[in-house]
Amino acid sequence: MPITWYLIVSAMVFCIGVGGVLTRRNPLVILLCLELMLNAANLALVAFARAHGNQEGQIFALIVMVVAACEVAVGLGLIVALYRRRLPIDVDELRELQG
Amino acid sequence: MAEVSFFVAALIALSGAGGTVLLRNPFYAVLALVCHLLGLAALFLLLRAEFVAAAQVIIYAGAVMVLYVFVVAYVGGQDRPLSPRHGPGMRAIALVFATALLVEIAIAVIGSGLTVLDEEGSGFFAGFGTPAEIGELFLTKFLLAFEIASLLLLIAAVGAVILARRRSGLDDPRELSVADLMRSGEKGTIGDAERGSLEEAAGPGSH
Repeated sequence: MPITWYLIVSAMVFCIGVGGVLTRRNPLVILLCLELMLNAANLALVAFARAHGNQEGQIFALIVMVVAACEVAVGLGLIVALYRRRLPIDVDELRELQG
Repeated sequence: MAEVSFFVAALIALSGAGGTVLLRNPFYAVLALVCHLLGLAALFLLLRAEFVAAAQVIIYAGAVMVLYVFVVAYVGGQDRPLSPRHGPGMRAIALVFATALLVEIAIAVIGSGLTVLDEEGSGFFAGFGTPAEIGELFLTKFLLAFEIASLLLLIAAVGAVILARRRSGLDDPRELSVADLMRSGEKGTIGDAERGSLEEAAGPGSH
């Protein structure tokens, strides 16, 4: 398969993730959609690594996975903290930063 | 054969992504994301990235998604429909924006005129993308990135624990602790204890 097909799949997954981030209001689902966007970037990186016969893109994809895991840990910690304080789990109602 | 596997894997990945965005129940959205990750791992295998595919299945679909499932089970709750304040207008704008982005990226990819994209990719050597090769790169050329990644994971773990810990004074004031019951023996009634725990909730170190 030409590499272009992989890049088109990557673009479609990225845009689905963008649509999810823009439309959903549950921060948990927004984190899931961020994962979709990071995974789309990973697919593009691995596709370019294959196109150039160079493994460095795969290293980049692995580092992106590490950063995504960190983002998930902090984001889920925030959601648990919100739930503990009985705040609404809804990004439209969380407008104020003050604690 | 490669074409069939590509289309099957791409279909699984895309339907998983669509399910993540469209399903109302966050638990089902997490399961759809697991499906998407498995399809993506198959695409990685087709691109000769064996180690990345294995890490994707083990770390993402295994560990990270388990974290999500636990938090969904802890927080729970359905996603409410869009409020009338925004209505379907916002959703239409979001869809238009996402579609415009897709068209733009597709034009950028197809219109780039890179000949390397029209082929199956340049030649690869034996052992391309195997754990041995990736591990050697990580411990030689990308050692600094590897060490910084470990430090970043440590900081994120500590930060998550600090964010999600149980703070004193933020508990429900109606909740009675053992210390309140012991104090109620001195003062007499449970009502005193409740007032005591209210004072406790007002600020740390009040007792």
